[in-house]
Amino acid sequence: MAHQTAGEAAGHPPYLYPDYEGTRLRAPEGTLVILPRALSDVAGPAHGRGPVWEADADLTRQHEGEPLGERIIITGRVLDGGGRPVRGGLVEVWQANAAGRYTHQRDQHPAPLDPNFSGAGRCLTDDEGRYRFVTVKPGAYPWKNHDNAWRPAHVHFSVFGSSFRSRLITQMYFPGDPLFEHDPIFQSVRDPRARQRLISAFDLETTEPEWALGYRFDIVLEGSEATPFERPHA
Amino acid sequence: MSGEPGPTPSQTIGPFFHDALLDTDLTELVSPDHPEAIRIAGAVYDGAGEPVPDAMVEIWQADAAGRYGSEEFSGFGRSGTDEHGRFSFTTLKPGPAQGPDGTLQAPHANVTVFARGLLRRVITRVYFPGEEANAEDPLLASIEDRALRETLFARDEGDGSYRFEVRLQGEGQTAFFDV
Repeated sequence: MAHQTAGEAAGHPPYLYPDYEGTRLRAPEGTLVILPRALSDVAGPAHGRGPVWEADADLTRQHEGEPLGERIIITGRVLDGGGRPVRGGLVEVWQANAAGRYTHQRDQHPAPLDPNFSGAGRCLTDDEGRYRFVTVKPGAYPWKNHDNAWRPAHVHFSVFGSSFRSRLITQMYFPGDPLFEHDPIFQSVRDPRARQRLISAFDLETTEPEWALGYRFDIVLEGSEATPFERPHA
Repeated sequence: MSGEPGPTPSQTIGPFFHDALLDTDLTELVSPDHPEAIRIAGAVYDGAGEPVPDAMVEIWQADAAGRYGSEEFSGFGRSGTDEHGRFSFTTLKPGPAQGPDGTLQAPHANVTVFARGLLRRVITRVYFPGEEANAEDPLLASIEDRALRETLFARDEGDGSYRFEVRLQGEGQTAFFDV
């Protein structure tokens, strides 16, 4: 058994997870070099790119017409390791359309493309660390990892925080998906409690009447753990 | 949110990120016409020595004075890899940066690689050969295995061009950091 990395101890997946075939030739082997916290927990890029427009956060309004599918709102907060909001942090998302098809040229799944959906968005967090996207619920789709392999519906998230350690790319899932137990990417997170942190929660408060269902997904980044993670409740 | 508090786990970037993350060219941290521009180019290889054509490489570095995130120079770059696994950046040579406890870190750029098949990013650094400060760098000094340490050095190809290979697995595997 390989030495557990600090990342695994924090709930991240191991590099090598043979059930996910793609890891077999790409996972680093052996012990990693310890990068002392003092060197890694330094200010990082919070904002990797040029201007971000408000319209970039609405994936349903990037074309002439509206995309097909179940319209949804995804919102949440980005927090650092100390529980403080990440302000002005860049959040980038991408996803398949409602039929489970990406616009990407390498996606060969024979499900229809939607001329009104590109599936890419971005926004900056506000002073409370909040982000908000309007999109459609992505469909599940097959992949070639193993026989009859299907990915649960998910939205990819790329997030910047306050520290170099904070940088995170992950995937957000939807509650109650029957594909969870069959998906090696989801299962690669070995700690079941950590796995739950990848699943958004349906939220009636975020849901807008006659218009769109709401899901909440908070993202907690590593770095700047100077203050306790959770203050004791009264 | 369900679940106990703790960091949100990483998941792979997958194969379909290009339109969302690489729609803007972020490979030029300075203009190629900048008098002090250098080029850091290389490729990412897997454990079979095959190029990784669907990786994304990000760099984060100080400016020539060793400062991170200055107004004039963001220090952040992002590049995809092509069918030969190649990436490249046009940037400035970073200066020595202040480390913890008043130590001086040799000029380096922080490197992150994401790819399909990487459930979590790998983190490494690119150092520059011939820098006086290399001898004093606390991180380089912490790596006893000389061959492993050498993987962190770019090759000086003259004319401000540096070559840096990332080997994810197997012989010559790059030194990756556990943060």
